[in-house]
Amino acid sequence: MSATTEAATGIRPFQIEIPEERIDELRRRIAAAQWPSGELVGDRSQGVQLEALQALAHYWLGEYDFGRIERRLNALPQFTTEIDGVDVHFIHVRSKHEDALPLIITHGWPGSVIELLGVIDPLTNPADGEDAFHLVLPSLPGYGLSSQPTEIGWDTGRVAKAWAELMRRLGYDHYVAQGGDQGAAVTDDMAREGPEGLIGVHLNLLRSALGSTASLPAESDQERAALEEVTTFKTSGFGYFLEQSTRPQTIGYALLDSPIALAGWILDHDTDSYYKIAAAFVDGKPAGNLTRDNILDNITLYWVTRTGVSAARSYWEGGRAAAQAAGKTPPPVTIPVGFTTFPGEIFRAPRSWAEKVYPTLVYFNEASRGGHFAAWEEPEIFAEELRAAFGSVRNGRSS
Amino acid sequence: MSTTVETATAIRPFQAEIPQDEVDDLRRRLAATRWPDKETVSDASQGVQLAKLKGLVDYWATDYDWRRAEAKLNELPQFVTEIDGLDIHFIHVRSSHEDAMPLIVTHGWPGSIFELLKVIEPLTEPASAGDAFHVVIPSLPGYGFSGRPDGPGWNPDRIARAWDELMKRLGYDEYVAQGGDWGAVITEAMGRQAPSGLRGIHVNLPASVPPDVEAALNGTGPVPEMTDEEQAAFDGLAAARKSGFFGYFIALTSRPQDVGYGVTDSPAGLAALFFWHPGFATWSFGTDPKDPKSKDDVLDDISLYWLTNTAASSGRLYWEHGGAFPTSATALKVAEITVPVGVTVFGEDGFRPPESWTRRAYPTLTYVNRVDNGGHFAAWEQPQLFSEEVRAAFRSLR
Repeated sequence: MSATTEAATGIRPFQIEIPEERIDELRRRIAAAQWPSGELVGDRSQGVQLEALQALAHYWLGEYDFGRIERRLNALPQFTTEIDGVDVHFIHVRSKHEDALPLIITHGWPGSVIELLGVIDPLTNPADGEDAFHLVLPSLPGYGLSSQPTEIGWDTGRVAKAWAELMRRLGYDHYVAQGGDQGAAVTDDMAREGPEGLIGVHLNLLRSALGSTASLPAESDQERAALEEVTTFKTSGFGYFLEQSTRPQTIGYALLDSPIALAGWILDHDTDSYYKIAAAFVDGKPAGNLTRDNILDNITLYWVTRTGVSAARSYWEGGRAAAQAAGKTPPPVTIPVGFTTFPGEIFRAPRSWAEKVYPTLVYFNEASRGGHFAAWEEPEIFAEELRAAFGSVRNGRSS
Repeated sequence: MSTTVETATAIRPFQAEIPQDEVDDLRRRLAATRWPDKETVSDASQGVQLAKLKGLVDYWATDYDWRRAEAKLNELPQFVTEIDGLDIHFIHVRSSHEDAMPLIVTHGWPGSIFELLKVIEPLTEPASAGDAFHVVIPSLPGYGFSGRPDGPGWNPDRIARAWDELMKRLGYDEYVAQGGDWGAVITEAMGRQAPSGLRGIHVNLPASVPPDVEAALNGTGPVPEMTDEEQAAFDGLAAARKSGFFGYFIALTSRPQDVGYGVTDSPAGLAALFFWHPGFATWSFGTDPKDPKSKDDVLDDISLYWLTNTAASSGRLYWEHGGAFPTSATALKVAEITVPVGVTVFGEDGFRPPESWTRRAYPTLTYVNRVDNGGHFAAWEQPQLFSEEVRAAFRSLR
């Protein structure tokens, strides 16, 4: 990007610099952790297990290389640009194939751009140049290196509008969008908003099923199993969701003041990813790319950017937006939709559910491996899914 | 559960003595608090506001003196005895009137025995000797100076059985029981178990919400016909459920350990958690001269959780209980209570069920009253008024 373009669009190059004293302070706090007594059960049913979190703290303090975040991020072209009052941080990697398809991928909670670093190379630089993407990876407002909103109203609908503006500013007049978790909500909102230039989306979480399964079929074995998985999550795994939707500031004090609190809160997302991450620390056996170092890059980024509260607040915004939208039918999605169900996801959405929510579904697949953090855990499989899902869109053969 | 502890029944005197380095460590942590940015709203709808919490934490780090709190406890006769494999700490103050009625009063969360200190004098030494009580105030398992359970199963029913054992061990063959918050849930469990000698109970968080009203609140049944007073109570409950009050109830019920890490490592995080509870959130801490609850009142309580490292273990009671609302008559099975029941509704509590609901809920109701003053922590906030209610409720049982 030339200097003149930068001036015109307000896009500024960015490098992360973490002051040494901030790392020293973090290390001091980890070393001084006061621990609770252990859980009373042999599984995760009371939360993150003491052994797993202590193993994490031990590695964090003793072996983790705190220079990793700077090295990994600063090796990539990063920028910030002010949109709607928030400084949006993003990674922007153009493929060497000029006519690659522009793609914006949105991370989720408790993730960050860190979860997406492994997919950059496979997506921008695939074996077949026809499959290449120009990649835009923004940090959600209030997350990581984007600034924290100081006013209310930054729900996923507003983020979706900001992303459309970001792609416009980057000069992309045709592009696709992808997301899981919170990123799925943003991407769904983009698809419903239908900004000019957005020609397709791919999702790996059927967000609306977590709101209500009332309209979804529950006849086949697969459908009934998915329904049961949703119910299990909403009855026993929903605590963090409700807490952040209602009192983000309350949990936030501990997340800002205690790295152990932050790590514990981040580790306990869903059953599958929890056990995978716990195994990485306790047994040294990571699942795919969910390695100790990668997990700690993400947690450390939350700590040094002091975004525990502001990220949690995005759920509060989601709750507020849902209350305001209650009873209203959201606009239909009219562009092509691709969906991949990963086997370790909170619930394995069957094709019938994806079709019900997205009548314009053009691609559906069940991946062989991977869970809720699919891009992070299995970057190659995730990249293959995106290539396959966007193949028809790319060639202009979508209906 | 049929085991009665045959050994280790000794009742040992107890004094609170927190090592100075732990008190110093708390102060250091408070002074080093890493604060988040301010909330993005101008009210408490995202949680306790930064300015309010900072004010309390600044005082905690500088002028607050734990040794004064410890001295308050150590002026009282305290004991520990092992029941059902766990050390139970309790205050035991006998009235000067030998034939006073024995009474066990149970605190709640995020309270502790500190909630109940101000009612000891009025209950043990009332103006009329005929109203006197011998008072037993235990610390719940996993709370304060009681032991922390190291296995699952310490639910309200088990605690209720332990309390009966405690009273029997103290030689009280006949006694009454009282509680609010968790104390009400445990006291009602005692009422259902109706051990020999339990003469009656009094609660100030009654499980009065009738099944049809509960179903309507949960969206699983139609809204029943109600009087104006009932409708107002219903609307209040519906609004409370929408207000976000229950987020933490659900979080503690489902994943107490996750909440526990933060509140064990960060005293500011612990204080913030307690402000989630509307019983605390409404306190003015001295800014309102008519409001007698001081910063010291609440900091004695929070410091006790911190210095005994019981923030996580106390939250597990929610997990043990399994999420049933303490206000629901069905969930707490209060229709099974066979001993006389007294209920007082305090006018400043968020939950103020109409008398008609309470009468439907408790078949053995012998006393029901509503007073204007006092909130969720009535014994703490209005000790005289609370004591009058306890006397009145149990007078007919003497």
